Amino acid sequence: MKDIHTFLAPPAETARRHGPHDRIVMSSRVRLARNLKGAAFPGWAKKPERMKVLETIRPAVERLPEMKDSFSEAMDNLTALDKQILVERHLISREHAAKNTGSGVVLNREETFCVMINEEDHLRMQALRPGFQTREVWKAIDNLDSELEKLLDYAFDGDLGYLTACPTNLGTGIRVSAMLHLPGLVLSEQINPIIQSVNKLGLAVRGLYGEGTEALGNVFQVSNQMTLGESETVIVERLEKVLGQIIEHEENGRQTLLEKKPKVVFNHIGRAYGILANAHSISSKETMNLLSLLRLGVDMGLFPGAERSLVDELFLVTQPAHLQKQLSDKLTAEERDLIRADMVRDRLKNLSRPIVKPPNAGN
Amino acid sequence: MQCSICKEKPATVHLTQIVGDKMQKLDLCEECAKTKGINDPTAFSLADADKLFGLGASQEIEQAAGGAELKCPHCGFSQADFKKSGRLGCPECYKTFAEGLSTLLKTMHKDTRHVGKSPEALRASRENSDRLKTLQKKLNKAIDGENFEEAAQLRDEIKQLGERSSAPKKLTQ
Repeated sequence: MKDIHTFLAPPAETARRHGPHDRIVMSSRVRLARNLKGAAFPGWAKKPERMKVLETIRPAVERLPEMKDSFSEAMDNLTALDKQILVERHLISREHAAKNTGSGVVLNREETFCVMINEEDHLRMQALRPGFQTREVWKAIDNLDSELEKLLDYAFDGDLGYLTACPTNLGTGIRVSAMLHLPGLVLSEQINPIIQSVNKLGLAVRGLYGEGTEALGNVFQVSNQMTLGESETVIVERLEKVLGQIIEHEENGRQTLLEKKPKVVFNHIGRAYGILANAHSISSKETMNLLSLLRLGVDMGLFPGAERSLVDELFLVTQPAHLQKQLSDKLTAEERDLIRADMVRDRLKNLSRPIVKPPNAGN
Repeated sequence: MQCSICKEKPATVHLTQIVGDKMQKLDLCEECAKTKGINDPTAFSLADADKLFGLGASQEIEQAAGGAELKCPHCGFSQADFKKSGRLGCPECYKTFAEGLSTLLKTMHKDTRHVGKSPEALRASRENSDRLKTLQKKLNKAIDGENFEEAAQLRDEIKQLGERSSAPKKLTQ
């Protein structure tokens, strides 16, 4: 049995993964929902039936060349902390983290494919990459799915397409999404109208951990909602187009803020720096929101010489499970707040306070 | 106006979403709105359509079946179960609840017919059956024209094709 903690790349390494437009698009993802013919969906199936499905799917996934040397485990063999670590890395959903007997996860070495078995559907396979790479992740998961369908008998209907537990995923079973860092739109108060117009295009905007979560650290997930009646390519291309527009708005938003309201920007970033570099107790939520401003400051060139990976690494390691993992004793939330503050102060000790005038405005 | 979830308390939270050219409305009482996580209707709530659709879904299925308790013969899943979870019991449920689902799918998706990827085996078997049909036609013609040499050849081809389509090997569970 592989250990998830040694399997996963260290946060310092994940923070250095780069992709196109990664100052705004943190990652791109496509997931496909698939089910086996003749078997009840996980939410309705009894335990023995779920286990049978897991025993059918898991070896098939492990056999794929892309999943060579992967981390493959039944959910009941993972501790609550292991699962939370996977959630904080955005590798499994919060719903999947709540699963036990009869569910499983298979993650490849490069952390670019993660397959959840018996989440809401028998199979939720996802491809993920850093930056704006929606088209590439679609191609990657399309290939994986085509190989898997040779080994498994999918529930498919000529009219309705791939049959899924929830009718909202019916047809293509696809969800294309991107995680966006949009502090410019939040600070310039343009975010709500933008969310509304994105909604009108039939796309959903969610928080950091997907469905029903808040946008901590100004991180938003944009994804398609409709899955039936349009091909995967059409869906991917629409999302690509909308993402391109959001990127442009965010860039413009940042530029305009610097030109029209520099004091507002410097005030926010300066205060974020002040608190992070000096606090002795800080919650995960406050940390994320302030790190977002620090990240904006780095992007705007207000911290000459600093790299974005410094912030991105902190963004990951200050989250509750990642923080707990580094400690031998189980801590309360209050105790974690103290340790978190110590860690942030230490990591920022060589970071000079933000300069007031960016070297070349907008960067 | 009553709340669309609990159907008891008066609705004070009203949500409208326009998807394509269709309008969807949802009226909730304050309590249900809170439990569904709809605190700020101007920001996130409408994006959380899965949940909202789930609600609408159960109502439509209920209406379509006239309240009678329909159960999936394959897995025993009922409409009441759908109302609770917003999810179906098994792939066969799509046949069992087809009537109620068709209205629901119209409001939920771009169209009610799948476009896009389909399993290769299915594509191949569809192509196979098309090819079988043309071969069969050719064979009939050959026999009618007393062209027996060609007919024998066609018959062999048909036989081969038939064997190929009935041979897919997969892991079954």
